[in-house]
Amino acid sequence: MIVALMFWAFAALAVAGGIAVFVVNSMARATYALAVSFVAVGAMIVLLHLDYIGVITILMMLMEMAIMAVFMVMFTGMNPALMPMDMTHHKRRSAILAAVVFALLAGAIFLIPWPARIGSPAADLTRSLGDAIMGSKMLVMLTISPMLFATIVAALVLANPRGRYDRYGDRLDRRTADGYPDPDDPIRGGIGR
Amino acid sequence: MSSPAAMAAVVLLPVGVAVLALAAASVNGAVNARAEGGAVRDGFAAPFRETARLVRQQRRTLPGADSLLWRIAGAGLGIAAVLQVVVIPFGAVWFADLPVGLVWFNAIDVLLWALWWLLGWGANSSWSLVGGYRFLAQALSYEIPLMFALTAPAIGAGSLRLLDVQAAQHSLWFVVWMPVSFLVYMASVVAFSSWGPFQTALGPDIGTGVLAELSGIDRLLVLGGRYAVLVAGAAFSVPLFLGGGSGPLLPGGIWVVVKTIAVLAGILAVRRLFPTVRPDRLAEIAWVIVVPLVLVQLAVVAVIVGVNRGAL
Amino acid sequence: MTLQLVLLVSAALFAIGLYGALSQQVVVMVMMGIELMINGVLLAGGALWWFLAPTPDGQTLLLVVLAAMTVEMAMGFAVATVVHRSRNSDMTDSATDLAG
Repeated sequence: MIVALMFWAFAALAVAGGIAVFVVNSMARATYALAVSFVAVGAMIVLLHLDYIGVITILMMLMEMAIMAVFMVMFTGMNPALMPMDMTHHKRRSAILAAVVFALLAGAIFLIPWPARIGSPAADLTRSLGDAIMGSKMLVMLTISPMLFATIVAALVLANPRGRYDRYGDRLDRRTADGYPDPDDPIRGGIGR
Repeated sequence: MSSPAAMAAVVLLPVGVAVLALAAASVNGAVNARAEGGAVRDGFAAPFRETARLVRQQRRTLPGADSLLWRIAGAGLGIAAVLQVVVIPFGAVWFADLPVGLVWFNAIDVLLWALWWLLGWGANSSWSLVGGYRFLAQALSYEIPLMFALTAPAIGAGSLRLLDVQAAQHSLWFVVWMPVSFLVYMASVVAFSSWGPFQTALGPDIGTGVLAELSGIDRLLVLGGRYAVLVAGAAFSVPLFLGGGSGPLLPGGIWVVVKTIAVLAGILAVRRLFPTVRPDRLAEIAWVIVVPLVLVQLAVVAVIVGVNRGAL
Repeated sequence: MTLQLVLLVSAALFAIGLYGALSQQVVVMVMMGIELMINGVLLAGGALWWFLAPTPDGQTLLLVVLAAMTVEMAMGFAVATVVHRSRNSDMTDSATDLAG
């Protein structure tokens, strides 16, 4: 009973937060409405007995929203305070499409004959997740790791303006005849600055 | 969690955190007064005078300020502190022993990222915004070392539940064989409270940054909330590294409070040894030096646990 | 809290996210829409896991979805930075051609 009440409260919060993202006037409010929606979804995942994944979702999403707010403020050309903004295109078309997709999904949800439950949950779900990741599903983690590393490298390459290699060419540690560093870079790279 | 325990949690924990926060601010004032050559007694009384002044002061707002987000962030600091403390076991008494208590603490200290930035943003003032951004720049540096430092006691105990972490220290406290983790954890606690050497977000060079436009009860909530978060972080280190409620004679709950006070005294004593750290310098130190150190610590802990079939 | 109800909530989140991703002009707002969609998928995955097959394998899939969310956000911000730097705009409408 309590669980059902909490579920409906979090569900209402998640959907209201999601709608608020595209309705409010301010960029920061949109970002934090999304954060509220994510926290509600994380709480619902905890209600589904996935403690670790639910709390990790809350953690990661709060961190991402804090960073997203920085990027929002950086790129919006106008005053990002409480000003009515309506930067949309094809509003009607998207709304109709979204409503049709929701109707199709809702129809599918109620019409599909869902199978019976297979298996039963382990006693300590976090420990069983850990055993799975380190044991039978280690390949998944091994694959995610170079993917994340590639993301870091790709994002840095995209976001970096002309770097030192662009400006000064190869062999950045070359020296002139007197022993001074040849690329006379005012913003010296590397560590130990 | 039974209903008397819930009532006790709702009343005792916020009051306890507030009392310890006031005491920490008091001692900090005394340490500052002693270092600057003033009267130590005035230093002790400084937070009380400031509280009395701020309670009577008029609240201020600015045109175009996002008041909703600003006030929520101001009140949120104290609430975050109580949320962090509610998972701590006080000896045999606990209020909310989550099976993932360690990760819960981590999630709340990430909530602090949002709160400090919103404090900077909501005021619609450029100095506040610079303070908020400085906090985020600093947070990017300490968060990964903090997460790895929190993993070491979990490996030592084989569980994310704080009761298990506390029980695994019955023969030897974790602080003895995880010193790097403990030091990184304490530094991160000071950093996410925007206190001591990590208070660039409130720095005098940007007109006290996040505090610039705050006045009256809002300023009191932020200044008090800062110390409350510091107290909560110090209290959380007790079940993680200092054996929880273990100790002779007194009940476990009292020992937790005593150890928290000891940790707070330690932080207050060494605060003036360190100058304020610039966020861009902290980035280099954190990513190039501290992260490898913490990873080596994790490897050592994992090897010891594997060889010993459990904690030391 | 049956399977159908949780899936309904996740379908609602997905639909709202789809509306946002299709109708917003600012790149970061489009990313918010996509984040909502992936969030809906995460919730649906959790519900299907608990009600149909609560084995550890399903939890690993949820971790993969979380990783996908993180990767999407990182690359989205990098692309937004590059578009802003080269075209001095954050609108998707000004980035419809590949040529500079």
